[in-house]
Amino acid sequence: MYIEELLTEKKRVIVRKWFDLTIETYPEETRNFLKTPAEQSANPVAETIHSALQGLFNGIINKETTGTGVASYLDNVVRIRAIQDFTPTQAVGFIFGLKDVIREELMNDVRRHGMYEELMAVESGIDRMAAAAFDIYMRCREKIYDLRANEVRNWTYRILKQSNMLREHEGEGI
Amino acid sequence: MAKLPKPEELSKIDYKPPKTGCGWRETPVQFKEGMYCFGSRPKYLEEVGFPNAREWKPNEEDWKLPENWKDIILDGLKERLEKYRSFRLFMDICVRCGACADKCHFFIGSGDPKNMPVLRAELIRSVYRKYFTPGGKVFGQWAGARELTYDVLKEWWYYFYQCTECRRCSVFCPYGIDQAEITMIGRELLNLIGCNTDWIAGPVANCYRKGNHLGLEPHAIVSNLEYMIDDIEEITGIRVDPSFNRKGAEILFVTPSGDLFGDPGTYTCMGYLMLLHEIGIDYTWSTYASEGGNFGFFTSMEMAKRLNYKIYAEAKRLGVKWILGGECGHMWRVVHQFMDTWNGPADFLEEPVSPVTGTRFENAKTTKMVHIAEFTADLIKNGKIKLDPSRNDHLKVTFHDSCNTSRGMGILEEPRYIIKHVCNNFYDMSKNATREKTFCCGSGSGLNAGENMELRMRGGFPRANAVKEVKEQHGVNMLANICAIDRAVLPTLMDYWVPGVSVCGTHELVGNALVMKGEKKRTMDLRLETLPGMEDSEEEE
Repeated sequence: MYIEELLTEKKRVIVRKWFDLTIETYPEETRNFLKTPAEQSANPVAETIHSALQGLFNGIINKETTGTGVASYLDNVVRIRAIQDFTPTQAVGFIFGLKDVIREELMNDVRRHGMYEELMAVESGIDRMAAAAFDIYMRCREKIYDLRANEVRNWTYRILKQSNMLREHEGEGI
Repeated sequence: MAKLPKPEELSKIDYKPPKTGCGWRETPVQFKEGMYCFGSRPKYLEEVGFPNAREWKPNEEDWKLPENWKDIILDGLKERLEKYRSFRLFMDICVRCGACADKCHFFIGSGDPKNMPVLRAELIRSVYRKYFTPGGKVFGQWAGARELTYDVLKEWWYYFYQCTECRRCSVFCPYGIDQAEITMIGRELLNLIGCNTDWIAGPVANCYRKGNHLGLEPHAIVSNLEYMIDDIEEITGIRVDPSFNRKGAEILFVTPSGDLFGDPGTYTCMGYLMLLHEIGIDYTWSTYASEGGNFGFFTSMEMAKRLNYKIYAEAKRLGVKWILGGECGHMWRVVHQFMDTWNGPADFLEEPVSPVTGTRFENAKTTKMVHIAEFTADLIKNGKIKLDPSRNDHLKVTFHDSCNTSRGMGILEEPRYIIKHVCNNFYDMSKNATREKTFCCGSGSGLNAGENMELRMRGGFPRANAVKEVKEQHGVNMLANICAIDRAVLPTLMDYWVPGVSVCGTHELVGNALVMKGEKKRTMDLRLETLPGMEDSEEEE
């Protein structure tokens, strides 16, 4: 028996528990709303998180914990949490919740079959995802400051151009 | 919607009253950077005669309020309860069913419970109960009442400037409680003690003194438009020749000043100039009534009325027959729902009739002001303009219903009708995110500042999410709208959430497709970008 088989068998339960743990990071009065299934457009935060966690968990099962596919799922969640009321640790920390859930669900089987090394490999995959998530978080935060600067630039661009006060630098924009 | 308890849960109801001292009512607000705008500078308040002009910062302990601030607020609340029957009803009739709770874009995007419309209203409702209802006076917290304290006041300011007055929640409220009106009153009360934002107070003062939010003086308005006229000539070979402040013109054209200044609003403005030239109507611009928008609406009804007055005053001075208005959001809510009451009746104007089609705009019978989307849709319906939609074939377009024009006045079909005639690729977003259920841009009602960027990204997330869906399904790359604030803020929203989607006004698409008499072969769109398939033509020239 391989750990991937156990993970596949318990996929639904593990993703559900991981999702619940992630939703626990929101204020109490909000959790009920986030846990209620709805159309994507009616509850986009919950639906985006749920679908991303499923994608990330598939990555764990298929041993694909880096690369564009995983980065895209991470981006979907982290982009939201980067502008919500979270510290950097909280914003990306939801990933480690998967470790807790997997240990809770699989520990008996791991002991029985002596699959400690395989479990450690899975957990290393989760760590790699967490590291990538922090890069994405930083990019999102930097983007927020870019947006502020770009808006100011765009407001003044036309008037400066009209007044011939702009100097184009090759390859650097204005 | 509130969760329905199961029978076994109902049987376990605890009949003890809830604990007090740890709920939302007692939790003081924390000012988080990125979530609020700067406090208004004193000079702006002084210019329009607003009270308590002083330097202050929202995140500082001392807001430098007048000693009797509490009396001012409570007297103001009393006055408004007596003046507006709707406001008193909204204070009394909410049954906390929760239907509105998950409909607010700020709640959906932030997860902050105080962004639930019901709870945002409860911020002021709890104070109303304490001072104006027998139950609240006697039972206090047990009746959901609370004292008006310094912390409560700060909480009001923080959360009434986290509502864009979009009214999506009111669509779902079984009683029709209009949260936007509660926010408006909340902001009015805060203005009584000088608690405004710089981003709102600045445009109000500019508009009061110079006629538009940006503070553009007459020569700057003319020079900006001339710059666009040069571009139009480069693109079409035709030099349009609008008039300014011309007495005796049939129609006065008023648009938000954002269209005169910032991209992509300027491209929309070029579309107006081209269309109005092509159909040859007798119209004039005004450099005095040079603002369709009304940031006064985000401070107090009285201020909004003062700023709005210039439009009718200018129409009277110039002796026009009626007024045509550009693409804007809250401008139209003001025109449609308030202008006639504040500054009407405009009996010196005539009921608008299109000089091209003869269509009588009965919906504008009292205000005498027609939205350009209605006007242009009528031109197309009557076959009065020649269009080549293939010039927009490089665009896959979706349409963002602006809150004020859709929920505020029911303009749902006209812009879609126009877009379908000027573009070949149009894809509507989800039914849950369009028309009367449209999601706000997240930056309306004066929240389009830079310092509150996190707030804007949260509030705009549901809208962006719906755009992302049509981008993934159909390859949408252009988000059209009929609102100047949308044109200013949606590019930023797209840049964060859905890169690759640009933003335009509907009349930019009209300008691209419009076949003008005597024009040269088009090789560029209104952004001076080469039209696909025309690369060789440019080289030949």
